[in-house]
Amino acid sequence: MTTSFYLAAAVALASTLMVITRARIIHALLYFIISLFSVSIMFFVVGAPFAAALEVIIYAGAIMVLFLFIIMILNLGAEAAAQERQWLTPGIWLGPSMLALILIADLAFLISRGGVYTNGLYAVTVRPKDVGIALYGPYLLGVELASLLLLAGLIGALHLARRNVPEEGEDGTGIN
Amino acid sequence: MSTLQYIILIPALIFVLMSVASGLIWVERRLLGIWQDRLGPNRVGPFGVLQVLADILKVFTKEDWVPPFADKPVFITAPAIIVVTVLITFAVVPFGPRAGLADLNIGLLFFLAMSSLGVYSVALAGWASDSKYSLLGGLRASAQMISYEVFMGLSLMGVVMLAGSFNLRTIVLAQRHMWNIVPQFLGFIIFMIAGIAETHRLPFDLPEAESELVAGFHSEYSGMKFGMFFLGEYFGITLISAMMTTLFLGGWMGPVLPPIVWFALKTFAFICFFILLRATLPRPRYDQLMSFGWKTMFPLSLVNLLVTGGIILAAR
Repeated sequence: MTTSFYLAAAVALASTLMVITRARIIHALLYFIISLFSVSIMFFVVGAPFAAALEVIIYAGAIMVLFLFIIMILNLGAEAAAQERQWLTPGIWLGPSMLALILIADLAFLISRGGVYTNGLYAVTVRPKDVGIALYGPYLLGVELASLLLLAGLIGALHLARRNVPEEGEDGTGIN
Repeated sequence: MSTLQYIILIPALIFVLMSVASGLIWVERRLLGIWQDRLGPNRVGPFGVLQVLADILKVFTKEDWVPPFADKPVFITAPAIIVVTVLITFAVVPFGPRAGLADLNIGLLFFLAMSSLGVYSVALAGWASDSKYSLLGGLRASAQMISYEVFMGLSLMGVVMLAGSFNLRTIVLAQRHMWNIVPQFLGFIIFMIAGIAETHRLPFDLPEAESELVAGFHSEYSGMKFGMFFLGEYFGITLISAMMTTLFLGGWMGPVLPPIVWFALKTFAFICFFILLRATLPRPRYDQLMSFGWKTMFPLSLVNLLVTGGIILAAR
């Protein structure tokens, strides 16, 4: 089990690295999907099969498809790839690398403090029922807030996508 | 199960599925022939059974051409995705009381996850072909499959509530006294319609509508890469039929005959029904398809969920 966890973790790191270095956006997207899969396997190994399934269903199966949908409409061809290549100069890596370095230092510090955070990693399996009880028990307020946020997003999308029908007789013909 | 059993079982299952999928091509053409008052393929071998073999030989010897304007790696990966995602899902299907590869406690979610990944095959094929017909087909497919996936999952939650588990074997065993099709009839209808849309079969075959889009997302494909899409579609039909059998028709359960035969019979009946739908129904317009999904099927599946939940609570 430990082996498959670290294997999935290695794939996640490698594929995420590929995501940020690809010039063609659709190839980056494909690597990102691989990265999501490996995260899903990691969830599965540490005893959260429900979270693992949702990772694939929602992130890889729905949200990434919407990304793909937008990219397909934009028709980004060779010019976009060339532009992207131009932007990916060594200088641009400096800022993000510094920030990532702080996170790595933080992680190294936490790990060096001992195995507190890894003990009992495989002991408990979180069943789907536990997730539901937690969501509609102690975290009910969070769920309601998220639903409010989604409702606002829904209304916004409806407003943006609404067809602008001019009122009858506006142009004198009565034909829209 | 031991490792050796897996090594024997997995190729055996793949072989059976391959034979079923290619046999279905002949079955479909003959049945369409009968229902449309004509003969269908009847020249090669007894009743034309060997027609499939001739077709397979032909597709293998065709030139395997990648258009120079296509995105090569994505173009080649796309047909493999649909076959792999569907074949992997068969691992969780319980064919009999003890038959079946994996007894996953989130089997149903695994099925939903894999079927939601199938859309990549069609969308990426449409994009990588770099042709307007393919792109339109890919766009249609991704919008259609995302929309129908939403209530495909919701329609199954009634079944999950009745069985109290995501495990497919538990769901079958929970139908000992009454098949789910009786208490969950609405869920069954919604799941079937969503299933047809997910496999983009007629009347929901708008991603490849030949009257407007040449062949839609696979316009640029030839040879065995086209064959993979074709095979993937028949695997998909078999999978959806097997899932309907498992979730709503008591899976392997039935009197007298051995369990695996019951499972095969029920699945085959659903496959024939799919073919009958193709022979009868016209194709809707794309906006009709979307508004039917979001405005009719989605609210219906929510109502089904609410009523089932209410009844289960009241019966407690």
